[in-house]
Formats: sequence, structure tokens, C-alpha cells
Amino acid sequence: MQQSQDELYWSKTSKLMITMMVLWVFFGYLVHMFVIPLNNIKILGFPLGFYMASQGSLIAFVVMLFWFARKQDQIDRECGVAEDE
Amino acid sequence: MATQSQAGGSDFTSNLGKVYGIYTGGFVAFIILVALLEQLGVPNRILGYLFVGFTVLVYAFIGIVSRTMQVSEYYVAGRKVPAIYNGMATGADWMSAASFIGMAGSLFLLGYDGLAFVLGWTGGYVLVAVLVAPFLRKFGAYTVPDFLAARYGGNTARFLGVIVLLCCSFTYVVAQIFGTGLIAQRFLGLDFTVAVYVGLLGILVCSMLGGMRAVTWTQVAQYIVLIVAYLIPVVILSAKKFGLPLPQLTYGQALSQITAMEQSFVQNNLAPAALMAAKAHVTPFTSYSATNYFALILCLMVGTASLPHVLMRYFTTPSVREARVSVAWSLLFIFLLYFTAPAYAAFSKLEVYSTLIGKNIADLPTWVYTYGKLGLVNICGKAAADLATVQASCSALAGHAGVVRLQDFGINADVVVISTPEIAGMPYVIAGLVAAGGLAAALSTADGLLLAIANALSHDIYYRMIDKNAPTARRLIVSRILLVIVAIAAAWTASQRPADILAMVSWAFSIAAAGLFPALVLGVWWKRTTKEGAIAGIIAGFGVTMLYLVVTRYFPGFGVQYLGMSSLLNPVTGAPLVNLAQAMAAPNAMDGWVTLAHPMASKVGWFDINNISSALFGLPVGFLVMIVVSLMTPAPSKEMQDFIDACRRPRGQTLMEEKTA
Repeated sequence: MQQSQDELYWSKTSKLMITMMVLWVFFGYLVHMFVIPLNNIKILGFPLGFYMASQGSLIAFVVMLFWFARKQDQIDRECGVAEDE
Repeated sequence: MATQSQAGGSDFTSNLGKVYGIYTGGFVAFIILVALLEQLGVPNRILGYLFVGFTVLVYAFIGIVSRTMQVSEYYVAGRKVPAIYNGMATGADWMSAASFIGMAGSLFLLGYDGLAFVLGWTGGYVLVAVLVAPFLRKFGAYTVPDFLAARYGGNTARFLGVIVLLCCSFTYVVAQIFGTGLIAQRFLGLDFTVAVYVGLLGILVCSMLGGMRAVTWTQVAQYIVLIVAYLIPVVILSAKKFGLPLPQLTYGQALSQITAMEQSFVQNNLAPAALMAAKAHVTPFTSYSATNYFALILCLMVGTASLPHVLMRYFTTPSVREARVSVAWSLLFIFLLYFTAPAYAAFSKLEVYSTLIGKNIADLPTWVYTYGKLGLVNICGKAAADLATVQASCSALAGHAGVVRLQDFGINADVVVISTPEIAGMPYVIAGLVAAGGLAAALSTADGLLLAIANALSHDIYYRMIDKNAPTARRLIVSRILLVIVAIAAAWTASQRPADILAMVSWAFSIAAAGLFPALVLGVWWKRTTKEGAIAGIIAGFGVTMLYLVVTRYFPGFGVQYLGMSSLLNPVTGAPLVNLAQAMAAPNAMDGWVTLAHPMASKVGWFDINNISSALFGLPVGFLVMIVVSLMTPAPSKEMQDFIDACRRPRGQTLMEEKTA
């Protein structure tokens, strides 16, 4: 019982980890590989490629982390491994 | 929330909001008071002393109030720091003199390519939260090597961890003390060496008496000072220039104006087209090739997730859940500074371009001479000490029309933040505030680093490896003595003014990344990782990285001759930076421990990779060796597998205390 519960917990946790890593690669690297074409788009004076590296990706990282903390806590609770409060 | 804790700390922790609210109010009142004193004609020097003196006294006061003789208080602040305050403390711990003073300057000089630092130093927290920190918190480590020892059965792994930790943290702490000295020198008018030791005192009062507990509560206070100090000047500047106090939004207009001016410089013969192509602010990959840009981001991110002084902050939260939330808060607080830095750079570039380039030499603004005297601003290739010097050095250039061209102007990156209030004509109180902020940034990071080093020496080496029966009191005293010794050694190194101190800081990230990241991540995420695999992987990753760093920087001739290294390439033209045939024929080609002036120093390498990204080699090697050797050795015992399962599950006791009780 404990064994299967643990396995379920870890597979859910691993899936969340992979989701986070995919997003991380996207905002950390992929977007910035297209900086030159993106720079042709201007918003409020910002070339979009420059904006993504100076603010866009950063905002994404912050939002991702708060979302991750909530999501992982949900998984903890569902699988009964959350800490007592 | 989950902050209810043992007696003693609970009173304080439940009143945190109130305490720091009053503190912030007091700080703002203090700024207003100093502004009033300035209006009354109190000299600038005194105002500088007031700012620095007042803030350092507050930190010292917190340090003394939080003194402790309990082991868990000393190493992990009793594990009762709520997520949001730990986030602030991590912010201060993380943002060093390099972030506060150097970042905007690098962005000023490098334009888009400088954003590699902004991205690298924020995105790494995703790795911290997802892959590493919560599991180390569950394990209940006091130090990062603690985890390595428990997971990889014994003191070999612990010792290797300590070595990597010392290599990356020591260079880093030297840079912080160097920064403290610079600020004390500029704003208090002290001699640099004296200033370094004065800074050292400031650092020691915070960390020595109360260990992690004192450092935590001072770092929260320091975060508040540094963020207020960073935001105020640039908010004022934005409101003045664009009528909106949100610099992060308005600097888009500044960027457009910069680009327009850059084009007009070329048309008006104020800059050669080739130079402008290499220096245009928003054009990517002019200082780093695309490969180097992404390699640097990767090394900085992975390094973030392996630096012991950052990871150990998450050992102090009351629960695993709060450790995760705390990483998110940390990044939010760090983000506030990092998404403002590009605005700082853009405003000050716009200001410099519009007040300097294309202007007559006789009409230069006074700040040019203020910083020129210190050798930080160059006009026509020489420090702009005064009008006569500038005129002399410009007329020495053939065909100079007496008008400042882009190629005539040079500025030291560190000046950008410090001089912005002055360039924008703000009162001195703002400059003093910036100095206090820079000092807070340098002191808080130095505290965290010194504690990481001293804890590794006292807890891992002395207590775990030398004397397992040492009584508590003696362990804490040994820790404090080591702290002072390490601090003095770091201050002495800083007072020697090592030449490439900033490059050494970037190296710290590569060293930590290659040396620790594979062992930490695989230790949690891959049960099959064995003791032998981990040890071999740490040695291989760390070894390759150190080899690449040391050879490219100090033994470039050796690298070319025996390791097949070639010249790095110019990112814009693709031409080699050095003519290797010529350089290798020179009599100094095979010299060792060469200075940065050596023609090949830091200019050779494999596949055109800069040595600041040397983990690009060490990291894959580390992973590969760790995996291959693990598969070749017998799988870890059932006991170890259960231990890993327990690390993964948030519920339950911390593991280390159970084992050592």
C-alpha cells in the first residue's frame, strides 16, 4: 500500500518536474534564439526580443515558481504525504 | 501559517511584520532627515558617514540581539524562518556588489548581451525549487556536504563537497570584500586597504555572534535598504524624463531614442559604422557569440542551483512546503532589482549620449571630471582629470575636431549606478542612499558566504571528520574562530587588489555547477547513483572545469600546444582574436601564470567557448562519468533506496537529526 502510494506520488511529481523543465527551456533559451526576428516587433518602444530577455522571461520564471509551489502542494495532499500544519 | 514554533523565537516571528514595518518607516524617516540636513548645508562627507554609520549600526544591533549558543539556531536559524522573510534574506544573500553596482554597468557596456546575466541569475531559481532545495530541506542538512555524505556513504564525498565549496565561495567572498572596500573608499574617503578592514568589521559583527540566525535577520534588513536604494534614483529619473514613475515601462522609449541616436552618430561622423555595429544597444550577439551567450546563461543558471550559500538559506524554513514557496518569494524579490537594471542602463546611456557625444570638449558636464579624476572616465584614451588633460589628449589624436566622438569616450562599468544620481543632477542624499544600498548588498552576500565557508570547515571537517564527540560549546567556538580566520584571509586577498576579480566571480558559478550539480540532482532523482559514481563524477566535472579555467587563463600556450586549443573568435566578424602562429612563436608563448596582458590569456579555448562558461565542458562530463560509473558498480543498498524515498516525501521527520540525534 505504502509502496504504490509512493510510486504514484513520485510519478506525479516527476511529471510536474518535466513540465517545469520544458517551460524553463522555453523561456530560458528557445525564445531568445529568435531574438533577431522578434526585435522587429516594437511594443512601447521595446524591441520584443530585447524585452523577452530583460523582462518577459523573468516574469514567466516568477509566475512559474508560485504556480509550481501550489501544484506540488496539491500533489502532496492528494497522495497523503503533505506535512502537518 | 506554519510558523508556530518552540518557545523563545515565537514571540519574535509572530511580530515580524510589525518589526520590519517599523524598521522600514524608520529608514524612510532617516532618509528625509538626511535630506533636510543637506538643505541646511551640512557637508556631503558628513552625510556619507551618517548613511553608512547608521545602517551598519542597525545591522550590528540585529547581529548582537540575535546571538546564540544553540547548534540548530547557529546553523539553520532554528528552522523557523517564514517563507517570505527567507525570500527577502535570500534576495540580499544573492544580490552582491556585482548585482547592485556592476549589473547596470555591464548592461550599459554590453547592451543586449549583458542580459545573459539577468537571465542566468534569475532562471536558476527554477532549478533550485524543482530539483534541489525542497529535498535538501527534507533531509535536514546543516550544510550541502552533509547531504553528499549521507547519500554517498561517507566522508570522501563530504570532503570533495567541501573542496568545491571552498573553491567557489572563497573567490566570491573576496569580490564582496573588495566591493565593500570600494564603497567605503569612495564615500568615506578612507584609504582602500583601511576601507577593506573596516568593511570586514561590519561583516563580522553580523555573522560571528549569531551564525545563521543573526545573518538571516540582518539580511532581511539589508534587503529593504538595498531595494529602496536601487529603486529610488531610477524612479525619480523616469518620472522626470517621461512623466511616469515606472522606469521598467518607460525605458522602452529610452531604447528607441538610443537606437535613433546611434544611427545619427554614424551619419554625422561621430562614430565609425563598424564600431556602431559592434556596440548598438539592442542588437544581440555583439559581445558574445550566440553560442557563448547561451552557454553563459546555462552556466549561471546551473551554478545558481549549486552555490552552497544560496542552497543553505532553504534549510532554515519551517517545512518543505515553505521551502518551495520561499524560492518563489526569493525570485520575486530578486526580480525587482534585475528587471530594473536594464532601465538604469538605458537611462544612463541616453543621458551620456545626449550630454556628451557630439558636444564640444570645452562644454563637458562636471561629473566627467569628478569620475575622470578617479580614472573611471576616459576621454580620447586618457583619464579625464580636467579640461586641460582632455584637450591635450584629444589634440594628440590626428584629425580630432574638438568634438567628443563615440570612440573617444570610455567609462568603467562600476560607475554607472554610483554616478547616475549625479549625472541626473539629484541632491547628494540620493548618492548617499545608493552607497548605503551598495554596502548592504556587499555585506549581506559576504555574510552568507563566510558562514557557508566557516560552517563547512567547522561542521563538516572539524565535527564530522576530526572530532565526532566535540561538545556543542566547543563546536560553536571553533566555528566562530574559523569564521574570523577565513574573513581575515579574504580581506587580505582583497587588499592585494587581484586583477581579474570580476571574472573570478563568474568562474565561481561554473565551478559550483560542474562540481556539485550532478551529484545533488542525480542523488535525489536517480536512485541508481552509487557512491563510486558520485565520487568519480564530482572529480571529473570539477577537474575538467578547473583545467579549462586555469589553462585558458594562466597557461594558454600549454593549452594550444598540448590540448588542441585555438583562438576565440570575434563575435561580430568571426575573425580570430589572436594570431596564434605569431603568438606561439613569441618568446613568452609558453609562460605560466601569465597576467591578463599576455596576448593569449583568456583568448584561447575549445570550440570558441569563453572560460566564464567553462562548466559547458565540466557539466556534461560530470553527468556522464557519474552515470557510467554508477552503472558499472553494484546498485545502492535497500537501506539507501529507502533513504532516498524518505528524502522525496515531504511528510515525516528530517532525516539527519534522526541519525545523529
